[in-house]
Amino acid sequence: MARWVTCVAGLLVAAFLLAPILAILPLSFSAGSFLFYPLPGVSLRWYRDFFGSDFWLPALWNSLLIGGAAAGLATLLGVPAAFGLWRMRGAARALAMGVVLAPMVVPVIVVAVALLLAFGPIGLVATHAGLIVAHAALGVPFVVVTVLASLEGFDPVQLRAAAACGAGPVRAFLRICLPQIAPGVAAGAVFAFATSLDEVVVALFIAGPAQRTLPRQMFAGLNDSISLTTAAAATMLVGLSVLLLLAVAWLQGRARRRLQGAATDRM
Amino acid sequence: MTRAPRLSAALLVTPLLTFLLLSFVAPIGAFLWRGVTDAEVAPVLPRTVAALAGWDGRAAPDDAAFAALVDDLREARARERAAGAGGIARAAARLNADRPGFRGLLPMTARRIEAPFDGPARAAVLAISEEWGDPETWGAIRRAGGPLSAFHVLAAVDLRRDAEGAVRAVPPDQRVFGQVLLRSLWISLLVTAACLALGWPLAWLVATTRGWAATLLLGAVMLPFWISLVVRTAAWMVLLQREGVVNAALGAFGIGPLPLMMNRFAVVLAMVHILLPFMVLPLVAAFRGLDPALPRAAASLGATPWRVFRRVILPLCLPGIAAGCILVFIQALGFYVTPALLGGPSDQMMAWFVGFYATRSVNWGLAAALSLLLLLAVGVCVALYGRLAGFRRPGTA
Repeated sequence: MARWVTCVAGLLVAAFLLAPILAILPLSFSAGSFLFYPLPGVSLRWYRDFFGSDFWLPALWNSLLIGGAAAGLATLLGVPAAFGLWRMRGAARALAMGVVLAPMVVPVIVVAVALLLAFGPIGLVATHAGLIVAHAALGVPFVVVTVLASLEGFDPVQLRAAAACGAGPVRAFLRICLPQIAPGVAAGAVFAFATSLDEVVVALFIAGPAQRTLPRQMFAGLNDSISLTTAAAATMLVGLSVLLLLAVAWLQGRARRRLQGAATDRM
Repeated sequence: MTRAPRLSAALLVTPLLTFLLLSFVAPIGAFLWRGVTDAEVAPVLPRTVAALAGWDGRAAPDDAAFAALVDDLREARARERAAGAGGIARAAARLNADRPGFRGLLPMTARRIEAPFDGPARAAVLAISEEWGDPETWGAIRRAGGPLSAFHVLAAVDLRRDAEGAVRAVPPDQRVFGQVLLRSLWISLLVTAACLALGWPLAWLVATTRGWAATLLLGAVMLPFWISLVVRTAAWMVLLQREGVVNAALGAFGIGPLPLMMNRFAVVLAMVHILLPFMVLPLVAAFRGLDPALPRAAASLGATPWRVFRRVILPLCLPGIAAGCILVFIQALGFYVTPALLGGPSDQMMAWFVGFYATRSVNWGLAAALSLLLLLAVGVCVALYGRLAGFRRPGTA
């Protein structure tokens, strides 16, 4: 009895999670211009509007460009740091971890306002570089956490074996370690990209008109009146998110299989 | 491990730490520093601030302070003519935050005191404005003299010092932030409780299901987790607005339209929807870690279902429950976008006021003091999380 009640309640909550998103997706294919059902007809006019507009398309490019650059920067800094943290112990490690993970817990409004104040005098407000640096800082904890998780399954003896065979530390890392943790690195990069793609508050405060990202543009659209073009943009962002989710699920599956493979090899 | 590898490990972390120090730690530190310091008034009125150091604050200060004010303002005007800086305006804006009227009073006094006058400085200054006879006017200057100052932090909790230096509550009609802080805590608490109530059955279902159904259910939790916060807020706007999906559906039954948006209900509903995955994922981990034999053993020993739940399931899952609650609470506390889009003026949380004071009413000190309060609350929660769930667990992120 109790089992059935929990089951039904759980399914209802799952429906609550999905329903609002599923409810708005079909609206973007409406032939009319109202945001409710029934649809007067099906058309792609709002997508044509999106791709023909002077601000939505640049916003999409900005999102991809800034997200890509921020993810690249976060990965470039995060992977060596994760490797270093993996070998560190004690208080120094705890302190470093605290700094690295801080962007995950500090309310993003504090980051946004602080960066507005700090970037103003050095000319980084309303520049792509400023937003990329900010988004890289917000995305880097996800890279470090993901890479550290994949290093859990890596056997450090292999590095000593490589050293014994005459490989330098850099060569040993690149040829022995990196290939084994590659899925984790890729998943971390996707996490960082998704963080940037999702981020709106920092963009709201430090981006200029030339750096408007897709969420920033949507926020502006939502603030005056919701158009169906906004619904089309939302649908495309949902599509992008689903792709990223599938990418990470696939990469994490690969990483897990690889770890299991390594574990059976060792036995 | 030998010394060399440990050194190289530290070297590998250095680039990232340097990057975060420059792009994250230092900017936030510099911003928060403004919440506990005052740097606008002392450069413009250095002699006045010095002259007020020994003043008792009961009546207008002695002639030396008036003379110092005249000297300071004349010098500041001369400097502005030469270099064109906005020092007087910045000092006036800071003093205005303490005592309304200063924004006009200080520049006007500076302009008019430049004309030569006979007799004591006190009479000349008082002739420009009676305000200079009020000890509170001078108290505002002394309070803003810096370098360290509790003014902004006190203001952020609806307190202020009077001219004599005693801490008092501001008049009831000017109290804002105590209410904002309580409102933020209350909304976050409400959202956390609702997430726990809704997340529990879903997490139980996910944890006890096997095979493709479990994958599907987990997907239903993960998908919203990945979709942009703005998109999810937009979805609720489309559903709840006056000519939205829900009202159109209700209209078909002859109900409404109901005002579903721009209120507390909409804010809490959307926040619960957005934060629910952060509750469900730790709960699933906790339930999966629960040995199913234990509740069964308790039941076979004669415990009622309620007793099994209270004495066996709840204590064993407590770390997971605490982790989920704290994760949701921390994030709810800092919410900006959702209340801004779905709430009315009385539903805005701390974050909105930080943004407001930083940009629209340029008062960095107050914005920084509010941020300090926000970070303090988050810090307490993180410490709790560390104690209850431990930092070794990777969490949901």
